[in-house]
Amino acid sequence: MSKKHEIHFLKKQKEDNINRKNDHVIEKIKVNKEYQKVELEDKVSKEHEIYLKKVKSTKRRIVITRILILAIFIALWQIAASLKWIDPFLTSSPTRVIKSFISLYEDGSLFKHIGITCYETILGFSLGTILGVLIAVILWSCPFVSKILDPYIVVLNALPKVALAPIIIFWIGNGMPAIIVIALLISVITTVISVLTGFNEIDKEKIMLMNTFRASKIQILRYLIFPYSIPIFISALKINVGLSWVGVIMGEFLVAKNGLGFLIVYGGQVAQLDMVMMSIVILATIAFIMYEMVAFTENKFVKDKN
Amino acid sequence: MSLLKISDVSMNYHSIKGETQALNNVNFEVNNGEFISILGPSGCGKSTLLNIMNGLLEPSSGYILYKGEDIKKNLDKIGYMFQKDHLFEWNTVWENVTLGLKIKKQLNNESKERVNELLDTYGLLRFKAHYPSELSGGMRQRVALIRTLALKPEILFLDEPFSALDYQSRLLVCDDVYNIIKTEKKTAIMVTHDIAEAISISQKVIVLTKRPSNVKVEISIDFENDDLTPFQKRKSPQFSGYFNRLWKELDQSNE
Repeated sequence: MSKKHEIHFLKKQKEDNINRKNDHVIEKIKVNKEYQKVELEDKVSKEHEIYLKKVKSTKRRIVITRILILAIFIALWQIAASLKWIDPFLTSSPTRVIKSFISLYEDGSLFKHIGITCYETILGFSLGTILGVLIAVILWSCPFVSKILDPYIVVLNALPKVALAPIIIFWIGNGMPAIIVIALLISVITTVISVLTGFNEIDKEKIMLMNTFRASKIQILRYLIFPYSIPIFISALKINVGLSWVGVIMGEFLVAKNGLGFLIVYGGQVAQLDMVMMSIVILATIAFIMYEMVAFTENKFVKDKN
Repeated sequence: MSLLKISDVSMNYHSIKGETQALNNVNFEVNNGEFISILGPSGCGKSTLLNIMNGLLEPSSGYILYKGEDIKKNLDKIGYMFQKDHLFEWNTVWENVTLGLKIKKQLNNESKERVNELLDTYGLLRFKAHYPSELSGGMRQRVALIRTLALKPEILFLDEPFSALDYQSRLLVCDDVYNIIKTEKKTAIMVTHDIAEAISISQKVIVLTKRPSNVKVEISIDFENDDLTPFQKRKSPQFSGYFNRLWKELDQSNE
């Protein structure tokens, strides 16, 4: 009975020791935090306030200048066209672009064109990313196959995928599926390469750790590789958004009867440069919005990770 | 009977340039509850030996017996601790310590309670929902050890577990890990190139020769007072005697 007591006592003592050490660490952290807080409350006074103001005003100045550049550009464009410094038939003008916009809007086809192009692009880059990741997973799990396919992947990566467009149109037919396949093809190989590189950069010891748990390949993917690679997936997605636009517009040039790419080609053929300019302006706006959306997701995930 | 028997283990590495003999007829035994250090010059195949003992590598010849049976049938009796803690930064402390259980599909109320007790005993319960980046180096190493202990291993393999830490926390974590392993009554085998660490933490030091390595000598470490922590042992008068002896042995094996 007494021995049991003694063991219990010893154990307790050891626990206490460890706890005390921890308490010490926690105390330190607490003190540090409080110190920082005090610093914030007190020193927000003069110097820091000036610093914060400076940062804010720099930020504001950057935004204002950006908007100003755009405004001046549009104004100059308009003035130059109105005063016939440049030929508005060739260069169009902001008012003509807006007119073209309104006329398309009024006959109800504007949002159809925008919608179709967006649909094709989103489908293109998401399918490209998913397929790319899938192929990368297969190559990762069979290093032998990966080695064999290496030169083929390099060649496919170097090949301008748009060169395949006429063949794809023959195979798949003259329509939206062909455009989506072109957009997908453009992004899939780079995705495979960047994701596979990311997979192979994982610390070998982390995989060994999983092996000591006797984890299966699927478990290693699920618990280690995928969560580790989320930033890589998102950066691939970011690149693919841009590539997918190229694929879709290219595809629409070749086959489409709808979409912004079609408007550009059609506008060019019937010498309606207002329509071409308007399509480009819309394209730029949507591409910007999509990029911002992906960047937003990236920020969110990076924040979650930390 | 010994818990672990390493019998005539040899290991050759093959590369295009040729064959390297890493281990040559390594023999030793480990008894239940012992803390053993394997000490050797760097690049002598210590980690190779450890990876053979835990079944991650297949030896060229020889075998490892656990209680008289092939180690491969007893892999669930083994826990492994790495140089770095390898905590998953995207998981909380709780998700990290239960990772092995989840993978082995052993996460149930009983095991959850056990892990909770471990966290509580070693002062980490409060940090359950924290992410590894919020912990100190020593705490991280303790989390890594609990992740290993959660699977109820009989033998722990430690591969230079402290060498990624700075000197001060190395001493502290060494005490911590030693206490945990003693309290949980585990057998432990540690690989190290640090003589002082080997003396302060283990009951037996096995010195390996340089490549191709075999066992040069086995030295039992006995301090008068058994209850000393590794840190206290460093200050004990017997410490320098052992240090000098091991220094000489290592020096010879470097020649």
